[in-house]
Amino acid sequence: MTGPATQATIDAVWRIESARLIGGLTRLTRDVAVAEDLAQDAFVAALEQWPASGIPENPGAWLMATAKRRGIDALRRQTTLERKQETLARRQLLHQLEQPDLATQVDEIDDDVLRLVFMTCHPVLSRDARVALTLRLVGGLSTPEIARAFLASEGTIAQRIVRAKRTLTQAHVPFEVPGQAELAERLSAVLEVIYLVFNEGYSATAGEDWTRPDLCGDALRLGRILGALMPREPEVHGLLALMELQASRLRARVGPGGEPVLLADQDRARWDGLLVQRGLAALQRAQALGAPLGPYTLQAGIAACHARARSVEETDWAQIVALYDGLAALTGNPVVELNRAVAVGMAFGPEAGLELADALEDDPAMAAYHLLPRVRGDLLLKLDRRDEARAAFERAAELCENARERDMLLAAAEACGA
Amino acid sequence: MRFMVLVPGSPESEAGEMPSTDLLEEMTKYNEELVKAGVMLSGDGLAPTSRGARVRFSGGERTVIDGPFTEAKEIVSGYWIWECASREEAIEWLKRAPFDGGTEIELREIFGAEEFDEAMTPELRERQDQMREQVEQRG
Repeated sequence: MTGPATQATIDAVWRIESARLIGGLTRLTRDVAVAEDLAQDAFVAALEQWPASGIPENPGAWLMATAKRRGIDALRRQTTLERKQETLARRQLLHQLEQPDLATQVDEIDDDVLRLVFMTCHPVLSRDARVALTLRLVGGLSTPEIARAFLASEGTIAQRIVRAKRTLTQAHVPFEVPGQAELAERLSAVLEVIYLVFNEGYSATAGEDWTRPDLCGDALRLGRILGALMPREPEVHGLLALMELQASRLRARVGPGGEPVLLADQDRARWDGLLVQRGLAALQRAQALGAPLGPYTLQAGIAACHARARSVEETDWAQIVALYDGLAALTGNPVVELNRAVAVGMAFGPEAGLELADALEDDPAMAAYHLLPRVRGDLLLKLDRRDEARAAFERAAELCENARERDMLLAAAEACGA
Repeated sequence: MRFMVLVPGSPESEAGEMPSTDLLEEMTKYNEELVKAGVMLSGDGLAPTSRGARVRFSGGERTVIDGPFTEAKEIVSGYWIWECASREEAIEWLKRAPFDGGTEIELREIFGAEEFDEAMTPELRERQDQMREQVEQRG
């Protein structure tokens, strides 16, 4: 024992242990909902006992033993009044929990966490459900924390999590790392969830604040964990590189009044050097694992071009255009095309960029996307077509849902003159 | 929140001796745990103070003192940089490190840019930024 524990200390232990605990319990019980309940029971027991007793020497083992004991007690109480079939299922569960856990070797615990990630990011769940469940079970966030992060009510998030767990149970989603045949697809679903979380933090789609660094931090942690658990997967490092490089700009991205500061106007000395280094190193690992480069590695390559440049002018825009060519060929995504238009505008002049941006105006997927008129506004302004630029910025402000960004767009429209 | 963990020197580290295979193995395992938890951002060991120096400042005078330095307690032989959600989390991680024999390991929070900004005038900040930029370009 190491002295009485405070709530903050117990929370910290939970953050460290919860994914491994829930992973291990899911392996034993084959049901993630049961596993989380048992883990929660153990956490409550810790909250009751540790303030007086202190934190045990091996808190992870204590939590696991407590969770299993609670499970066994509950099962014993319940077995008397049931039909045979259910009793059989319970007996099996009881047997599992009563076994000494032979799988406490490090490798097995790592695998538990990895299996858990693939489960919470399973395609049988909606994207929103995957995000909430992953943050909760793998990230160790509480329901109120997730609700706050996504500006949703606690009830909504709690419901979403309960339903997600039920869906996983009903669909008999196995607790396993997918085999080679489906690994690529399933891994891409995992990476998507992590990047969704990151992006919601990096440029909030709604609300008063332009960025929410805590969410970026949660996504980065998940990305770093995955990078350590799946070191042979290039796109895992590619996504991590992308997030580290983007996060390196977080503090330069917000002005003194909370307003957005765009890449071109950022004080590059305020970029986080440690994260830049880590990002470039992760990019190198991704590239070293072999071609063809995946979408995250290509995007990280683009972010690296910015990270290496002293200024906007000294940026290797031709290289960025080449990387966007690769990305556009891979994804066929109009948003990528739009970014490519920006890069072309920088590399080969605003006229060339505007031509590409204009070509996107008929794309129905872009009709409500505020960044298209914003990019057009920037390019038109560079061509000194001020009236059109003003109209474009105003259109962008109309479509934009983030208060801070909308202010900036209205200011840009204003600055175009009458 | 970012933390720096400072590992003090010992007669062995000062003699340039590498730790025993057992300790190295335990330390590697511990480092792997930190990496797998997404906690460790960087870390390094430092060469003995015999390869370092101190500079004493007094008025306009600068006195260079060559290593080694004898007060082992004041010698740092290595450091980690961690990312944790709270001071408590950093402490919990540190408690799991494989040290022994009365060793005291120091945990320090690294100032965020915001806290630093408050103490800096705009002019000072600009000069600091320029300097940092030059350093990073060279690096």
